[in-house]
Amino acid sequence: MAQVVIRNLNKKFDEVHAVKDVNLQINDKEFMVFVGPSGCGKTTTLRMVAGLESITSGEILINDTVVNELPPMDRDIAMVFQNYALYPHMSVYDNMAFGLKMRKFERTEIAQRVQEAADILDIGQLLKRKPRQLSGGQRQRVALGRAIVRHPQVFLFDEPLSNLDAKLRVQMRVELKKLHNRLGTTAIYVTHDQVEAMTLGDRVVVMKDGVVQQVGAPLELYNQPANRFVAGFIGSPSMNFAKVALAEHDGAVWAEGPDFRIKPPAACAGRLRGHAGQNVVLGIRPEDLRVANGSDPTELGFDAVVEVTEQLGSEILLDLKAGPGSMVASVEPTVPAKVGDKLRLALNPDRLHFFDAQSEAAI
Amino acid sequence: MIEGAPWRRWVFFYIPLTLFVFVLLFPFYWMLITSFRPDGELYQPWNSPRYQPFFTANPTLEHIKGLLEETLFSTWLWNTMIIASLSTVISLFCGVLAGYALSRLNFPFAGSLGTGIFITYLVPQTLLFIPLADIIRNFKLGDTPWSLVLTYPTFLIPFCTWLMMGYFKAVPKELEECARIDGASRLQAMIYIIIPVAVPGIMSAGIFAFTLSWNEFIYALVFLSSPQEKTVPVGVTSELIRGDVFFWGQLMAGALLGSIPVAIVYSFFVEHYVSGLTGSVKG
Repeated sequence: MAQVVIRNLNKKFDEVHAVKDVNLQINDKEFMVFVGPSGCGKTTTLRMVAGLESITSGEILINDTVVNELPPMDRDIAMVFQNYALYPHMSVYDNMAFGLKMRKFERTEIAQRVQEAADILDIGQLLKRKPRQLSGGQRQRVALGRAIVRHPQVFLFDEPLSNLDAKLRVQMRVELKKLHNRLGTTAIYVTHDQVEAMTLGDRVVVMKDGVVQQVGAPLELYNQPANRFVAGFIGSPSMNFAKVALAEHDGAVWAEGPDFRIKPPAACAGRLRGHAGQNVVLGIRPEDLRVANGSDPTELGFDAVVEVTEQLGSEILLDLKAGPGSMVASVEPTVPAKVGDKLRLALNPDRLHFFDAQSEAAI
Repeated sequence: MIEGAPWRRWVFFYIPLTLFVFVLLFPFYWMLITSFRPDGELYQPWNSPRYQPFFTANPTLEHIKGLLEETLFSTWLWNTMIIASLSTVISLFCGVLAGYALSRLNFPFAGSLGTGIFITYLVPQTLLFIPLADIIRNFKLGDTPWSLVLTYPTFLIPFCTWLMMGYFKAVPKELEECARIDGASRLQAMIYIIIPVAVPGIMSAGIFAFTLSWNEFIYALVFLSSPQEKTVPVGVTSELIRGDVFFWGQLMAGALLGSIPVAIVYSFFVEHYVSGLTGSVKG
């Protein structure tokens, strides 16, 4: 059982206010991912949980105990670092056993736990080697092994997959997920990669400039982003944005841009009515755009010219110049689009996002 | 490497290299040949018909024998060894701790303190021996090995501290953080993780410190007076130059035997020494 609670957490480095009033509850057995661009305060928050960074104000509780003043060794946590931080002068076995030796475990208990972890991670044959004799993926496994032998209350991961090549990263991501399912230890995982965040997290915290933007399950962030930043950060390719003016004509709300106008469906019209007469930002994901056919209603589409096509095999990304501005559409690989083609695009009416132009909050 | 025609390689690489090696090694060759040359050949005028300065047909061990039997050379060697080893150990101990503290503990004024320590290294020994002589006299340490064991660290500690500061900065701080999460205190993390990783740096600092104290001249000349307390550099020059007579054979034999321990230390640690200088940490 391990629950991590963060209350009004702040961190200031001299002039820089790196973490601002973070409030979070990470439940037992939960895999929580902190994601955001570099410098958003996610690693600093993690390091404060680890006890490697002092807390300017606020509280961190692990299992209802305030740990603000506890040194890292007494917090019963394990951390995996981006550069693995394996002890270069020790064998893999000694690397994994170090934490247990420091905690005065019996020799037989240490051997048993290291063997167990090595079996889980499939590194049994590497135990006698030194870190420099290992490949990147193997080092990563050893770093994970060193964390799991201790059976800690909480795992902390600081961008652990960033130093691996793309293929290995995907593989290790799956293994991490399996490992978490198997061990069920509460985990906090920091990454700048939204794909990792979406695939690994039970819940995801999106941060920017030290402020938590949104906390939620991956699909919640994808489907109902709280603001324009989250909408643009989650999802790949990222969401298209267009400035539109909201206007009421004949009892319906219309979103009007320079060369186009669309009529949002009645479902969101109610929310938009309050903003009639204002400028707002329309957001639409590339996967919610498609090439229109004759049966599509004209008020939910616009004309566009293909500027670049990107063939990905399973889909085609079209970079378009359209009334609302530059847009990316992800379309079926069978669409015969060429550079310079004029297309009519249809919007998925259920998946339109609107954001306030000033506050950028979702409407 | 130099590319292009073979003559370019000769002109820009092999010939300059040969000259450089020659200039570096010739004094050692001269020392070696003089040590084994009989006095009869040594004191010939340069225009004598049998003058042959670069080799000898009749090598002799008389200078080495004379050095070991007629002078206190073996005592000087022993003194130098003890003094250099002790002052190296003291300086390394202080230098490693100070270097660690200055590079890792973020205490106020750490930066200016580091610079301050370096500045003390820049004070020339030729000035510093004057106040030190006063201190040595007050503590009644004159003419004992302690006068050198305790004064050599005045320039060795700043030196070791600076070398170790640079080295510790190159050791990733995650190693230490990881150790502290693993359950080590700061001191344990330092002993089990940081110091083993920094061994190449510590060895370089140690070799430098040992060589500096082995070769040190001014303090040894000023603080030691009785022949049986002297170190090699002072003993050889003060006892083998009598008035204006230079006992060249024994002088060179003394220099030769005096360089051998340093040469052994160097060759033994050279691997570590080089990797210490390049600051490589295998991660």
